[in-house]
Amino acid sequence: MVDKSNPSNPAAGDSRAGADQLRVIGAPRRRVDARGKVTGQTVFADDIFLPRMAHCKLLRSPHPHARIRKIDASRALAHPGVYLVLTGKDLPIEYGILPVSQDETALCVDHVRHVGDPVAAVIAREELTAFEALDLIDVDYEILQTISDPEESLATPEPRIHDYGEEGNIHKRVSFEFGDADKGFAEADEVFEDLFFFQGNTHLPIEQHAAVAIKDREGKLTLWTSTQTPHYLHRALAKVLEMPTGHIRVIATPCGGGFGGKSDPFNHEIVVSKAALLLGRPVKICLTREEVFYCHRGRHPILMKFKTGVKKDGTITAMQLQSLIDGGGYGSYGVASTFYAGALQTTTYHVPRYRYQGCRVFTNKPPCGPKRGHGTPQPRFGQEIQIDKIAEKLKIDPAELRLRIAVKPNELTANFLQLGTVGLDQCIRRVVEISGWKEKFRKLPEGRGVGLACSCYLTGAGLSIYWNSMPHSGIQLKLDRGGGVTLFTGTTEIGQGSDDVLAAIVAEVLGIATNDIRVYSGDTDLGPVDLGSYSSRVTLMAGNAAIQAAERARAMLVEAVADKLQVPKERIRLADNCAFDSAAPEKRVTFQEAVCLGESRFGTIGTVGSYTPPKFPAAQYKGGGVGTSPTYTYSAAVVEVEVNPTTGWMSVVKIWNTHDLGRALNPVIARGQVEGSIYMGLGEALMEEQEFRRLPEKFSRALVHKFPSILEYKSPTSLDMPEIVTEFIEGPDARGPFGAKECGQGPLLPIIPAVANAVYDAVGVRIDEVPITPEKIVKALADKKAGKAPRFGPTHFPEVPWPEALRVPPPWEGGDGHATNEAPRRPKPRLEKERVLSS
Amino acid sequence: MTQPKLPAESEKTAHIRITLNGEEVDVSFAPYKTLLEVIREDLGHTGTKHGCELGECGACAVILDGKPVLSCLVLAVECDGRKVETVEGLGSDGNLHPLQDAFADLGGAQCGYCTPAILLTAKALLDQNPSPSRDQIREALSGNLCRCTGYLQIFDAVEAAMIEISKRNTSAT
Repeated sequence: MVDKSNPSNPAAGDSRAGADQLRVIGAPRRRVDARGKVTGQTVFADDIFLPRMAHCKLLRSPHPHARIRKIDASRALAHPGVYLVLTGKDLPIEYGILPVSQDETALCVDHVRHVGDPVAAVIAREELTAFEALDLIDVDYEILQTISDPEESLATPEPRIHDYGEEGNIHKRVSFEFGDADKGFAEADEVFEDLFFFQGNTHLPIEQHAAVAIKDREGKLTLWTSTQTPHYLHRALAKVLEMPTGHIRVIATPCGGGFGGKSDPFNHEIVVSKAALLLGRPVKICLTREEVFYCHRGRHPILMKFKTGVKKDGTITAMQLQSLIDGGGYGSYGVASTFYAGALQTTTYHVPRYRYQGCRVFTNKPPCGPKRGHGTPQPRFGQEIQIDKIAEKLKIDPAELRLRIAVKPNELTANFLQLGTVGLDQCIRRVVEISGWKEKFRKLPEGRGVGLACSCYLTGAGLSIYWNSMPHSGIQLKLDRGGGVTLFTGTTEIGQGSDDVLAAIVAEVLGIATNDIRVYSGDTDLGPVDLGSYSSRVTLMAGNAAIQAAERARAMLVEAVADKLQVPKERIRLADNCAFDSAAPEKRVTFQEAVCLGESRFGTIGTVGSYTPPKFPAAQYKGGGVGTSPTYTYSAAVVEVEVNPTTGWMSVVKIWNTHDLGRALNPVIARGQVEGSIYMGLGEALMEEQEFRRLPEKFSRALVHKFPSILEYKSPTSLDMPEIVTEFIEGPDARGPFGAKECGQGPLLPIIPAVANAVYDAVGVRIDEVPITPEKIVKALADKKAGKAPRFGPTHFPEVPWPEALRVPPPWEGGDGHATNEAPRRPKPRLEKERVLSS
Repeated sequence: MTQPKLPAESEKTAHIRITLNGEEVDVSFAPYKTLLEVIREDLGHTGTKHGCELGECGACAVILDGKPVLSCLVLAVECDGRKVETVEGLGSDGNLHPLQDAFADLGGAQCGYCTPAILLTAKALLDQNPSPSRDQIREALSGNLCRCTGYLQIFDAVEAAMIEISKRNTSAT
């Protein structure tokens, strides 16, 4: 008896699809781009060499804060081999990733805001010549007061680093009340207050940013660049260069590591584009490693004040979080980061009343932006340590406590985020089991300890970066009568495996092998728009679009084959490169024949699929869109450490982790993403810091980066990685393609607090600060010995002029997602600047 | 004080003859160039990468006379008459080297940028020591930074390649 709905080709998230029915999805498989990468044939941006290509270098400000009085480039222009010098006045139109902070110019016009801010560009015949000519540009600066950290920023409203923002050097403040937190604290049996500090760090991709621009044979611009967001870059180029978007082609070359560091439109991309158009020859730029540190857009340093009220059994009655966020010199994604730094605090454990206040300030340092986890690892660090402290005080095992307060599937949180599947319970139980938690926690000898932490992350930002009602992902398929399939998509392969995921999805639906599919991704001329590789959105959003496109193609093939074989449509199955009658499999045609039959019947076969996240009717208050997502993933980790109490030196012995990812579409890639996330979390926990120092008085007291090199900015080597045991918790989520959710960012989050909790278990000191270094452990141990608080961390949270809170009653208090003290929202007026973007 | 003027990159006054991936090759270049720059820019072999300008990230590793070296720290003029192996020369008769197959199948490469250097460093290890322990693999690769994988799948791939190579050697004898 055949099931009429044809379960042999499962639709998106069809959890009835038994694992044995899937041929491609879920199988470990060589990824489609592997061969190119292991043969060195994959062409990264700096591997592009074109005839007559010129080289570009940027002159960067040596001052952290200054006005530009005058630039004299005449000596540089006269230097043999120099073709062109550009300064700010050549590219004065402002841009920025977010519509609300279009505060960058490709080259500074009259104001430099951090050491490394670009002020001029030299384009020369040879790279060395361009470097030499930088020294021949005379810039007359008027030094301004440097603002080096948030406290200084709050205390120094003038000089303003930017002319926009809230006031002085405050960029953005948010303040929300979801229920009466004070009432919740009054009802608590215990209230905990803690301060935490998370230092900034950077992405450190091994590939430096690089771009090559040409004016092509049609006189139009083509830009190859290492980027995660070709679509947003495309829009920025059109705006700044004042060209029709259709005359610009952005090709995202294979990205040698992104992690959020290549998601902004960049100065160097716009500069080489302009230069190529002016010169009529290709122009290349590759940033030096030091320049990558100035480009930055990394993890925001955040000072956090947590206040949580609990009942004796661990139930949370209220939570309050205040965050002071160091934004660096520009907006970047910072406004979104400010919301993210509070939005996901309610998605892991049930929080009935929540107050969040966040303040992002400008400082004279490279701008901060999105780094893996985007604004959520910092508060996750604080929350997971505080929960550890709560568990200790209440004498409840930390795993047990988390199980008691974990969110439930499909819950609507206090801040109106709609959860999907929630595998947190299984994650915790399983990680406890595989790590031997119960035999180890508080039972290991002095100097050895285990720590546990959990987290939640979104699977794709629910809102696009610019307001619109169009799809977030589009896929086009071309089926060739020779049997080949071509997939055109705007997604970007940044190492996370998106090309393979999309090929696998199409292969599964059409019953072919991934090796018979060609993927063209990240090219704005060839593929439909995909918003980019950020917020873990690609698998879910582009994957669902791919299913739609593939199903539409499949339907045509099935109809044509059914006709040919004289068999009802419902019995036709596509698998193993064939189309056959599932009741009598010997009645079959090859996939290629199926395509020919389809093309004969319907004409040329090309299909489209797209995905737009469901509307989020819940969060109607201003800012409520940040944090929304089609669904969320959950992770739990146990970290075992060994700490030398004399030197503070810590080694991580082993890590166990569980990750609720819905379904692993390719377990090899999924494992790599999870382990890579853990690796990066470990780096942040132990050693990575984007730190600054003031030069001595005799050297100008300028604020400079302490370690702008891979030598001094520490990242884990092969010797630093412990053994990791990973288990996927697979419970398909109907919202994801074949039930899949994300796995590229979530697993990073619990690692950092788990390390801190493990240190406490090992030697009894709390390091409430990241990175957790030997010096801090030694200092805390000395304090412990002297009878002081056995802790290292911030002791002070400055006065912040918080604005009036937006009061949004949570769902269980009859809230409908609107703020009670906000005027009804009207559609946002379109600003002058944004009109250019829609042309 | 005036700085001495460096020859332009186009003044290719240095000449060497090297064996590149088994073939004798003559190349001319500006004398101050590193082996990395000559490989990428004058010989057009862009498989070898740069990442840090300092010799710290390992992305530029090639095999020089059988030993893995950081090509960004080697002057090209020092290489006259010597043997250089880059990722382009891995494999034979159109087939991938077992290391390449293993990396491709077991997740040894994600973004792929550090991969050529790690492949060569691993090859140099296996050429010297056909059955290294996991710790020896770790040690050998400790000069190659990877930001994507967390290294564990790389170790698995080297171990798998090691087994495959030994199988082939056994069946060949």
